[in-house]
Amino acid sequence: MKEETNNTRRNFIDKGLKIGLLGAVATGALRALNSCKDTVTEPEETIELMATDGTMIQVPLKEVEEIPSLKSEGYTAREGYPNRKFVMVVDLARCKNAKKCISACNKSHFITGENAWLKVYKMQDSPETAPYWQPTLCMHCDKPPCVKVCPVDATFKRRDGIVLIDNERCIGCRFCMAACPYSTRVFNWEEPAQGETTEINLHLGHMDYSPDYTGMPSQKGTVDKCDFCPHMIDKRELPHCVTACPNGVFFFGDAYEDTVTNGDETLRLSTLLEEKAGYRLMENLGTEPSVYYLPPSNRLVDFNEGLENYDEFKSVNIAED
Amino acid sequence: METNPQIINDLAPKKFGRYGKVWLVFLLLMILVSFYAYGQQLIKGLVITEMRDYALWGVYISNFVFFVAISLVGSLITAILRLSGANWSTPLTRIAEIIAVAAIIMAGLTIIIDMGRPERLFYLFTHGRLQSPIIWDVIVISTYLVLSLLLLYYPLLPDFAILKTFFGKNTKPGKWYGRLALNWSGSEKQKSLYNRSIRILSVLIIPVAFGIHTVTAWLFATTYRPGWDSTNFGPYFIAGAFVAGAGSVVTIMFILRKTNHLEAYITDLHFDKMGKLLVLLCLVYLYFNVNEYLVPAYKNTKEEAVHLAELFTGEYASLFWLAIVGGLIVPIVVLIFPRGRKPIPAFLMGMLVVVGAWWKRYLIVTPTLLHPFLPIQGVPENWRHYYPSALEWIITFGTLAMALLIITLLVRYLPVIPIHETAEEKGIEELKKSKRT
Repeated sequence: MKEETNNTRRNFIDKGLKIGLLGAVATGALRALNSCKDTVTEPEETIELMATDGTMIQVPLKEVEEIPSLKSEGYTAREGYPNRKFVMVVDLARCKNAKKCISACNKSHFITGENAWLKVYKMQDSPETAPYWQPTLCMHCDKPPCVKVCPVDATFKRRDGIVLIDNERCIGCRFCMAACPYSTRVFNWEEPAQGETTEINLHLGHMDYSPDYTGMPSQKGTVDKCDFCPHMIDKRELPHCVTACPNGVFFFGDAYEDTVTNGDETLRLSTLLEEKAGYRLMENLGTEPSVYYLPPSNRLVDFNEGLENYDEFKSVNIAED
Repeated sequence: METNPQIINDLAPKKFGRYGKVWLVFLLLMILVSFYAYGQQLIKGLVITEMRDYALWGVYISNFVFFVAISLVGSLITAILRLSGANWSTPLTRIAEIIAVAAIIMAGLTIIIDMGRPERLFYLFTHGRLQSPIIWDVIVISTYLVLSLLLLYYPLLPDFAILKTFFGKNTKPGKWYGRLALNWSGSEKQKSLYNRSIRILSVLIIPVAFGIHTVTAWLFATTYRPGWDSTNFGPYFIAGAFVAGAGSVVTIMFILRKTNHLEAYITDLHFDKMGKLLVLLCLVYLYFNVNEYLVPAYKNTKEEAVHLAELFTGEYASLFWLAIVGGLIVPIVVLIFPRGRKPIPAFLMGMLVVVGAWWKRYLIVTPTLLHPFLPIQGVPENWRHYYPSALEWIITFGTLAMALLIITLLVRYLPVIPIHETAEEKGIEELKKSKRT
């Protein structure tokens, strides 16, 4: 893979990602997106923090303190972050249906039923062509058919490209689900069993409902879907599926900065799409998705490995993870 | 003009007989049970249905489309036939308008049943967005409801005045009819206003009627789904709606003729004419069906092929062919013969058409959703199929019972055959006869 970014920045991002476990520190790709001109000078003061693997590491104090919330003055859940265009790239050559993305997404959004927002489909375009695994989530279309048909402005498109649902507005007509060609929207047919998850109860006491943290809580009789994790972006962290994937399938980033990262590698979006011949699903429909796919060529993983994880009639149980 | 007392006596609303009471109790029981079922749905959520994330719309929506379709009959019989000068339809206008009002009210209620959050209904008015076809539907259906009510009410004014005298000013029904008559005296000024208003309403209701069903078709046609993604959908729905509506008129006029002893007013001629009309409408609808299924079947793109195979030979094949053959072809064949247009066979064909039309809408709504563009994986096996649950059926039958209840009550309190118009036409006929002799 061609290296577009310089080494100092990559080291910096790498280190940055190892912090953040305590929730006190948040860094990673979005930091890089925010300030590309950062260069690391010789650290003077350091702070000891626990890394994701449990070891203690020394981190320059300056790096820790420099990260404010991405939400600037006047941020609203309906407007989103100014001057951003969030995109995702899914590298099909790396996916072996490990399903860690699904369990992480389910867990973090307190999905309690079979209605996962992220699904990994076993795909085969024709009998002669090779099968592959296709993680599928909300495409956050730039011309979203779901938003077009919503009668009450419950689902909306933000300036940063994210499509969200206001569950306090949704009347449950499900027209958006019929309109979505990607079948990524799910419905709360009954009272979500979220009361059983202690974690959400912990959160719920302190938080008012906001559309930019879907599933927090889910509401009976309304539609849910992948929200592109604005609550993680705000902390300058990556969406749950991106960080949970053991194979680095998901790259997340900002199209305006032309940068995407899967946590380990940070790449130029345009170069990546050009070199790997990226594409979007159902381009012919004119929905202009924000999620790109890289074809499953020169695969880094064996398709068959994913088969043992494959369950046609069952979603990922959150209790498993 | 003095109205023939015989006519008034024949056509004045009558109290329920024994069968009428049994019928009323039966409908009320069905509605009561459906209230219980809907209560369950309110408490537990739409999980009591068999709808899931793929089959996201089901029998509630197809039932809604059915009601909208039936309601178009008001504009067909009252407006189109009236404007085209088909005088034979006069005794049927009120029946058609009653059916239309009942159906459009129930269409509005049925769509609320399908909502996950019915208590947020008013958001449609406080937060409505004009770009959504649902808002178009809200606008056009409420307009149609108002126009239909007016088109039911205006022609009743002279009838109410007649009934006021018939029952006596000081009796309870007489007082009510008197109030409803809005001081109708039959003066020349009132008559000209009356005629003009009805004429204007008849013209206005036609585009609105086309509007309600075209927009209802667009709820489906504005999506990408194979089976719905069709520019044919608007006219196809309208053609089907006229079939269903005419079928319902034939059915109900037969029943009312029996129960209210209207043999002198609804004659074999009316069944003959309605039978012919139904043949024509069925042929037009059949033509649209050929368009709707044959063109995609010829191209047979992958997505359409799966959908069509399901309809022609798959899980839905028996229902599909029953709706096409039983609901269209058999009625055409039977009604094309003069003998088939006698009251009893015409009634049976009318029933067949209505039942076929109900299932046809089910077939338009359901199978399409089970063939999305991306595969259905990672969800329970039963999410790949849809058949309404018992509670869903109970609620659906409850809505049908409510429509019939509205019709029954209107028939109880309104003259089902327009007294004034019938008398006037009879008078004109007699006048012609006397002139000839």
